[in-house]
Amino acid sequence: METNYARIERRSRTLERVRKAVTYFFLVLWGILVLFPFYWMILTSVKSYSAYNSEYIPKLYTLSPTIRNYIDAFTAVPLARYFLNTLIFTVATTALMMLVIIPAAFAFSRLEFRGKNLVFTLFLSLMMIPNELVIITNFVTITDWNLRNSYLGLILPSVTSVFYIYLLKENFEQIPDALYKAAKVDGTSDFKYLVKVMLPICRPTVVTITILKVIECWNSYVWPRLITDDERYYLVSNGIQEIRENGFGRENIPAMMAAVVVISVPLIVLFLIFRRKIMTGVSRGGTKG
Amino acid sequence: MKIVLKDLTKRYPGRGRKAQGDVIAVDHFNFEIPDGKLIGLLGPSGCGKSTTLNMICGLEKPTEGRIFFGDDDVTDLPPENRGVGMVFQSYALYPHLTVRQNIRFPLENRKGKDRMTRAEMDAQADEVARLVQIDGLMDRKPGELSGGQQQRVSIARALVKMPRVLLLDEPLSNLDARLRLQTREEIRRIQTETGITTVFVTHDQEEAMSISDGIVVMEAGVVNQIGKPQDVYDDPVNLFVAKFLGTPAINVFAGEVRSGHLFIGNEDVLEVRGAAEGEVFAGIRPEGFVPDEGGPLTLNLVRVEVMGRDTSVVSTHPALEGATVRSIISTENRIDPDAKTVRFSLKPAKVLLFAKETKERIRFEY
Amino acid sequence: MQNNKFKAWLYLLPAFVFLGIFMVYPLIDVFVYSFEEGYNSASQTYFGTGIYNYRYVLRDPYFLQAVKNTFLLVIITVPLSTGLALLISVGLSSIKPLRDLFQTIYFLPYVTNTLAVGLVFMILFQKTPYTDGFVNLIIKWFGGKSIDFIDGPYWAKMFVMCFYTVWVVMPFKILILTSALASVNPVYYSAAKVDGTSRFRIFRRITLPMISPMIFYLVITGFIGAFKAYSDEVAIFGTNLNAAGMNTIVGYVYDMLYGDSGGYPSYAAAAAIILFAIVLTITCINLMVSRRNIHYT
Repeated sequence: METNYARIERRSRTLERVRKAVTYFFLVLWGILVLFPFYWMILTSVKSYSAYNSEYIPKLYTLSPTIRNYIDAFTAVPLARYFLNTLIFTVATTALMMLVIIPAAFAFSRLEFRGKNLVFTLFLSLMMIPNELVIITNFVTITDWNLRNSYLGLILPSVTSVFYIYLLKENFEQIPDALYKAAKVDGTSDFKYLVKVMLPICRPTVVTITILKVIECWNSYVWPRLITDDERYYLVSNGIQEIRENGFGRENIPAMMAAVVVISVPLIVLFLIFRRKIMTGVSRGGTKG
Repeated sequence: MKIVLKDLTKRYPGRGRKAQGDVIAVDHFNFEIPDGKLIGLLGPSGCGKSTTLNMICGLEKPTEGRIFFGDDDVTDLPPENRGVGMVFQSYALYPHLTVRQNIRFPLENRKGKDRMTRAEMDAQADEVARLVQIDGLMDRKPGELSGGQQQRVSIARALVKMPRVLLLDEPLSNLDARLRLQTREEIRRIQTETGITTVFVTHDQEEAMSISDGIVVMEAGVVNQIGKPQDVYDDPVNLFVAKFLGTPAINVFAGEVRSGHLFIGNEDVLEVRGAAEGEVFAGIRPEGFVPDEGGPLTLNLVRVEVMGRDTSVVSTHPALEGATVRSIISTENRIDPDAKTVRFSLKPAKVLLFAKETKERIRFEY
Repeated sequence: MQNNKFKAWLYLLPAFVFLGIFMVYPLIDVFVYSFEEGYNSASQTYFGTGIYNYRYVLRDPYFLQAVKNTFLLVIITVPLSTGLALLISVGLSSIKPLRDLFQTIYFLPYVTNTLAVGLVFMILFQKTPYTDGFVNLIIKWFGGKSIDFIDGPYWAKMFVMCFYTVWVVMPFKILILTSALASVNPVYYSAAKVDGTSRFRIFRRITLPMISPMIFYLVITGFIGAFKAYSDEVAIFGTNLNAAGMNTIVGYVYDMLYGDSGGYPSYAAAAAIILFAIVLTITCINLMVSRRNIHYT
């Protein structure tokens, strides 16, 4: 009897170990698949132009790294300019968006007015409208306003988000009514209540929305491509595409990779710093949609 | 099936940056649960009673000690080979399955020659459903049932595989007060009808006292006392057990034993023959007070609460450990609510003495 | 009270102005465009209304190619990425050491610029006169023949497109599924263990139904996202997707609107509305299928 149990026990332990090993094997495999492109772009970016072109069979390492390509990336094409544009675009869009969505979320969650439910339902139904449908007219509108190739033209259509208003409103509503009543008894104005009480309490959500919007702005490609054809207003995504098609000459791949590294680094650094915030933010934003 | 726990011990590795030794959840638990009895494991939260239950069930492995079901040593067996049924505190009913599917679930796990046909499974599920009186709800989802009904489904699921041992973890804590009363009688009835050895865990002494054949009082991983509910109540081994059992709780005074008499303050309140001299804690059960104009114990009256069947007298005393004394007396005794003081004599059987240092019980004759 | 009502609208005003101009008006306008025949964006004139734009788009071989590409992409990547993400998430939740590290790594593609990384993928897969590229190196290791994935046969290009799309959408799916798995109350697993349920049965009968709403959510958003594929393709094949034969429906819309083949907002509008109709239909079918099979708590 005793030995029988021991055997069952031993067998299940071996099985467990095999399962663990297989699991780790596949997890590592996927990890390599994810990381390899990053490794490759860094590797290529430090290979010299001649070294890269002489490798008919690409090498997985390099013994003579160079920063020449990074210098090229900033001098041969206006990469710094693209950066600055993206920074201006990202900061301005995010800030403006906050100014627009916070009062709206506040009105929907706290203030009482006639037709609120109807307005909010109509409002929610806008969430289903895909961007592709409205971008056509927006393109015409911005063109008509003579805002092509300008920061305003880039920014204006991106400053509202029905989804973020919804997310924020849900969060505002979780704040107990009693707090609002207490503030009213103390004679706090609505605006002051919003700024001094609601926003600090909902800071995590505000931070989440900010981060998501920053990522979105940094990577946006379609709208900027439509609205800019002047290099002075290119964002990094368009810059990359431009570099690829007309930049260093098609063959200077190491310089291209240097540009790619430079463009990727800011968001990756941001991510590594705010890892938890970003991941919980994305999963929260995702599951509530 | 009797259950024997031998030196059962569970230690968890110390947590935190500086591991300060192990945390002992259960410390050398020895107990024999007789066949067919209902036993309550009782103690405050964190005393190790749930860990003990999980070890009997097989969800946790003991660090030391053995567990026997009858003569079988089941210590190293996984739960499914032990023949235990478990009812979880939150019921753990699968929300996406109907009541019938939930009850049938354990049977569907069987393999090989134990495998039952669909009809056999359904017949068995129907039978336990009748036993716990939920046979009308078989096609509903758990979400559509009340707390009490979910509890019954959860018991049915534990019983359907004819376990040798039934384990219940805080079975009544998620129910409201009225349902709790009803359900605990129900558990007793089901246990009596099936005759399955049953262990349940609770922090509510009233619950444990009312339905168990025996109770085990635990504190910080250590068993304090094992016995029949009334025996443990009447004859606790230490101050902890005395305080833990009984509502309202026992009233504890700082006292002293001098030449065979118990003194509280300067008043000689009771003759306690055979008790060792020295400072003691004197615990007096609420029902141990007898209103007596000439009684030895004088209390400062705070208020009188008339509760119909009996009267609760709330008062204070300088030597009291705690805020107020609560004594329960029959309504036939009229107490003037405006009086400043009230005098009592004491029922010797309801006065329990404990050593000041060890808090162990000191027995005396009366 | 009157004052209060006024104030509420004041708070809503900025949002309404922006939404009105850039969302509600365009929504109506796009339908108008799609029925205006022969619209000229330079002179802003048109000479008739009707369904000609739709007929033109539906007969345009570029559009049909784009529809084919998009459908292939959707049908391949959505089940593949969801299934793979489920496997990886289950693997992730079954381990303790290194879990955080894996999760961080797996999430990286989410925060990278898809245009930039797409360029890396292009280089990995590309075959030029100077080099066969890294992927072909591996293929040759295993004794295969090298293929140009970027400029070669259709299936090879499709493969790269799907591969990159899966790579890009995985982080989100893994994240959602690992948090869904973590939110299953462990007491269910204890209960199943007491009843001797096998690992596979626990997964199939308990875990899967419990996280099914999240899986379903991923499938729906996956469908919608894949139907709108565009920038990933640009990243790999360049802006002239029609020439590469790798255009998508969204790409067709933009090409009609702007660029070398642009200047036809009416065709773009008609194509966008067709896309919207397709997505709406598929989502409705999804919802109907799910209503029967998904358990919501």
